[in-house]
Amino acid sequence: MRADALKSRISIGTALHYLVLAAVSVLMLVPFLWMVSTSLKEPAKIFVFPPEFIPSPVRWANYAEVLKTTPFHIFYFNSVYIAVLVTVGTCFFASLAGYSFARIPFAGRNVVFLLLLSTMMIPTEATSIPMFLFMRTIGLVNTHVPLIVLPIFGAGGIFGVFVMRQFFIAMPKDLEEAAMIDGCSRLRTFFDVMLPMAKPALASLTIFTFLTCWNDFFDPLIFINDRLLMTLPLALSLFTDEAGTAWHLLMSASVMATVPLLLVFFLAQKQFIEGVAMTGLKE
Amino acid sequence: MAATSLRKRPLAREANITGWLFVAPMVLGFLVLLIAPLVTAFYMSLTDWPLLGDAKFVGFDNYRAIAADAAFWKVLGNTFYFAAGLVPLNIVLALLLAVLLAKPLRGMGLFRTAIFVPVMTSLIVWSIVWKYMFATDSGFINQILQLFGVQGPAWLYDAKLAMPAVIVTSVLKNVGLNMVLFIAALQQVPGHLYEAARIDGAGRTTQFFRITVPMITPTIFLTVIMTVIGSMKVFGQIFVMTQGGPGGATKVLVYYIWEKAFKLFEFGYASALAYILFFIILAFTLIQWQLRKRWVFHES
Repeated sequence: MRADALKSRISIGTALHYLVLAAVSVLMLVPFLWMVSTSLKEPAKIFVFPPEFIPSPVRWANYAEVLKTTPFHIFYFNSVYIAVLVTVGTCFFASLAGYSFARIPFAGRNVVFLLLLSTMMIPTEATSIPMFLFMRTIGLVNTHVPLIVLPIFGAGGIFGVFVMRQFFIAMPKDLEEAAMIDGCSRLRTFFDVMLPMAKPALASLTIFTFLTCWNDFFDPLIFINDRLLMTLPLALSLFTDEAGTAWHLLMSASVMATVPLLLVFFLAQKQFIEGVAMTGLKE
Repeated sequence: MAATSLRKRPLAREANITGWLFVAPMVLGFLVLLIAPLVTAFYMSLTDWPLLGDAKFVGFDNYRAIAADAAFWKVLGNTFYFAAGLVPLNIVLALLLAVLLAKPLRGMGLFRTAIFVPVMTSLIVWSIVWKYMFATDSGFINQILQLFGVQGPAWLYDAKLAMPAVIVTSVLKNVGLNMVLFIAALQQVPGHLYEAARIDGAGRTTQFFRITVPMITPTIFLTVIMTVIGSMKVFGQIFVMTQGGPGGATKVLVYYIWEKAFKLFEFGYASALAYILFFIILAFTLIQWQLRKRWVFHES
């Protein structure tokens, strides 16, 4: 009798457990399903009540229409190449500096590191006005240069330095010393010995930097006016105004902007989640 | 003795040169892209700086004007309203989900993935989709309400409902991030503490409040502060969903800065606003650093 009561209490607990998780998961996934569903609807069906969850007929032409009426592939290309350059640049310069701060006892090291660290919190929004005027003076407004240079050498890069330094500090010194005794220069020791060992930290930094850059909105909004230079988020946000209630087209565009990254995420979700957990305290 | 110092000196010089060379790009970036604009922004905040024409030094006039600007106080209130709604909801939900997912039951990985998916989605896309979810006549929420015979409100066009709608959107977007951080923290709690508590007859609730919460308090505090700082900078979702409306009900600090600087080109005034944002975030960062020092900074 008592065992039974206990058992049913446990199973009620477990059921509740699943219920809460399922409810939240549904809340997370419904917007995506609704997005996909709408992206395949005929314009007239959008306002139909009761709502059609599975559109009939399925209208793939919405996607073709978005691709035909907007230079979507160019937005895509802009977003991808900027994010790739920023990620590669951040990983390179941040690990170079991180290694130096961790392992090379140069004069002034600690002071410089603390100074860098203390500026990591400066919000881009606070420096964006002078930065805009500066870029305008040297003719770089409405180019991709600020979108690439600012994250690599700005607050994002400094965050990378911090992550890489923490990693290099924890690494054993033997290999590095052996390489140096064998006559390797610092630079070769760094590239041939240290950097290959830093792969886990680099993976986290890559994921974090790529995501941050891919989603960046404020900087593109400020620096880019030409439609053909826009990144995906910026183009989509302005598309919202133009499209008005043409939700089927907006949702097609949103699906196209979302799905590739989500596919990559599903393939490597362990690395993604761990990478974000490791570096995630930033945002 | 003489031999070692002879050997040491070139090594130390080598270290100085290479060390500085390696950090040079970042230090240069730091000086040119962070420090210089930060100082310039402060100078600009003391000027009347139009888009064209010369800047005029006006001392603290901009700050005085801000203090007397009713719109600013409303914007600041909205920003704190957003934070006051977002932070507790986000943290409590993230913690609850983390505790639930930490149990070794079947299918937890699946739920974790589902809840993490919005983190992987662009904020702009997420906001567009939710703008549509909240749409008055064709939105998902009102369509569902109508199935139950309820006429849904115009969520994003109602001064009372717009901000809560934005808050819900933002919580769902980022709760997965904090959840993952909490899961990582929960895994650090030694299992024998729970065993001992069970032997002493502590129930699950007692265990949660007496063991789990105290053990992960450092993570909770850090996450709270980071979430507060993040919510002070809220912009993208407002830009997409409400454009600060209706009637300024969702106009937040960064939106106001952006509007003043890049729509109205009042660079001086906007710089002063930006400095206020900077100081608010600085204050929260200092709190965070104090906590970090006390709890988690095991630096060499």
